[in-house]
Amino acid sequence: MSDAVAPIAPSRSSVTSEAVRRTLVGKRRGRGEWWFESILLLSLLFGLAVLVTLMVQIFGDGWSVLSDRGTNFLTSNLSSLPERAGVRQGLVGSLMLMGFVVVLAIPTGIAAALYMEEYARDNRVTRFINANIRNLAGVPAIVYGILGLVIFQTRLNGILGDRSLLTGGLTMSILVLPIVIITAAEAIRAVPTGIREAGYGVGATKWEVVRSHVLPYAAPGILTGSILTLSRAIGETAPLIMVGSVTGFLSISPGSFLETLQSQYTALPTIIYTWARRSQVEFGNSTAAAIIVLMVVLLFINAVAILLRNRYDRKW
Amino acid sequence: MADVAGEAAPRGALWIETLRGSSRRRRRESVIRWLFFGAAAFSIVVSLLIVGSLLEGTIDFLSKAPLSTLWNDSGWFPRRDLFDIKTILVGTLLVSFVAILIAGPLGLGAAIYLSEYAGPRARKSLKPILEVLAGIPSVVMGYFALTFISPTVIQTFLPGSPRFNIAAAGIGVGILIIPLMATVAEDALHSVPQSLREASFGLGARKRGTSLRVVLPAAVSGVVAALILALSRAIGETLVVSIAAGATGGSAFSLNVFAPGQTMTAAMTALATGSDQVRGQGAAFSSLFFVGMLLFFMTLSLNLISERFVRRVRRRY
Repeated sequence: MSDAVAPIAPSRSSVTSEAVRRTLVGKRRGRGEWWFESILLLSLLFGLAVLVTLMVQIFGDGWSVLSDRGTNFLTSNLSSLPERAGVRQGLVGSLMLMGFVVVLAIPTGIAAALYMEEYARDNRVTRFINANIRNLAGVPAIVYGILGLVIFQTRLNGILGDRSLLTGGLTMSILVLPIVIITAAEAIRAVPTGIREAGYGVGATKWEVVRSHVLPYAAPGILTGSILTLSRAIGETAPLIMVGSVTGFLSISPGSFLETLQSQYTALPTIIYTWARRSQVEFGNSTAAAIIVLMVVLLFINAVAILLRNRYDRKW
Repeated sequence: MADVAGEAAPRGALWIETLRGSSRRRRRESVIRWLFFGAAAFSIVVSLLIVGSLLEGTIDFLSKAPLSTLWNDSGWFPRRDLFDIKTILVGTLLVSFVAILIAGPLGLGAAIYLSEYAGPRARKSLKPILEVLAGIPSVVMGYFALTFISPTVIQTFLPGSPRFNIAAAGIGVGILIIPLMATVAEDALHSVPQSLREASFGLGARKRGTSLRVVLPAAVSGVVAALILALSRAIGETLVVSIAAGATGGSAFSLNVFAPGQTMTAAMTALATGSDQVRGQGAAFSSLFFVGMLLFFMTLSLNLISERFVRRVRRRY
């Protein structure tokens, strides 16, 4: 690249002027520079390589199951025979767990975020709650499983039912709550103060400003954050293992909705976990097929999030 | 209040009550405010519940377990009342060490590239790699570690190593924490003022020298924070380890990375499920809470230290 530079003194090309020219122009991009940049780029592309390998591996193992059995794999119940085992119960269980997150964690999280961003004054209590939320977000998922095991599964066994959907749903909702609060608070913080002041200027109260100005403007961000929370919740396994979804199965009982919530369940990731630990080769393929189903659900959720983000993204 | 305003008020007089607005409106405001406060304060209840649940079982465990076995070379076999914490602690540290070995350099490299080299367009197309990687459920990575990393990577380089091994699990965990490492480190590098880079270029330094000798040292606190945070995540990672590291009921003390091993998290899942399910009776089940307590405090202190380092970067620039 440096060769393109014109010589400084074309008329008198002595050894000295050539040496001066070289020093001044230099090699703008030495070999070391090139190597360094390549290594950096490669360390980023390593992630891509892993993703591709992972996809190839999982589709290689699991595609045969899905193509042979088609929707049968999705509609069959659990079975000890790999050729008959399906993921219906896990799929339904995971969707119901997501329902819990939508109904419990997301509204509570948004309310808490509104308090922290709009209502709370900067005092010691607020700072303490804030630090507490950030710490909760860093607590390993399996520790939330212990909370579920002690409080919901053991203490409230009589009300919630043994290893029930309620137990799992409540545990999962508590697990994702800090993430909902943090993402929602970020979206609320991004709303310019001027918008709020416009509301106060015409005599609106705090809640009126929040409802008519802050929430609508923060909605796209909150929505994206909430959907990403769902995708976190659907892949989370450790807490469900602790509160006993592994041994469970979903029984769609003919009883009331409440009875269904109080009965045992299982979820897609716990099925994957159980199958991955079986030694039969056929279950290996079923595991991969179940992973494909999980990934498709995740892809769907994330695609919705990205679409919404692009549709409603706002520049201030 | 309405009657105050109505009581022989001169026309056009402005009462304080009128300015305050209707009482219904004010009551609604305070109800909503308290509701929202309740939601925020619930997070403290959650923390208390976590500590409470852990504490109860831990006390139960310490009263039942033979304390002499907590730190000796007997290994971790809860069913036989052998609770050598050192065994699973070392297992956890080995997995985390392998994970950091993977995620540290790769995450930092990715962070330097994104912050110093990539233009806006390259950033936009490369950043999603990290986002997708971060979105992979750990149970999926566990399957990948067991069916690909162990047979294809580990057993190729070290023929004869067992199918379940610490190294495969560690690599899987490492891949999962690359995005965390990269984003936190990139934030730190990004917050280094542009003037420092310009000064370095002005002195004739090239991009590599500027990145390594000026930007990186200036952001070193943030990079350390990223490493600590990644370590904390690796310690708490459960599924990859319990699928790929060979989490059976118990495990003898071992320092071999290429052998099966057990971590704290894997020991917990083993205690709560399947073959080793020992509900209710004896010290074995309550050892679950003791390990959980240890895990909770390890990750909590790492997170707090990391936050300290992050704050140091913020204060400087």
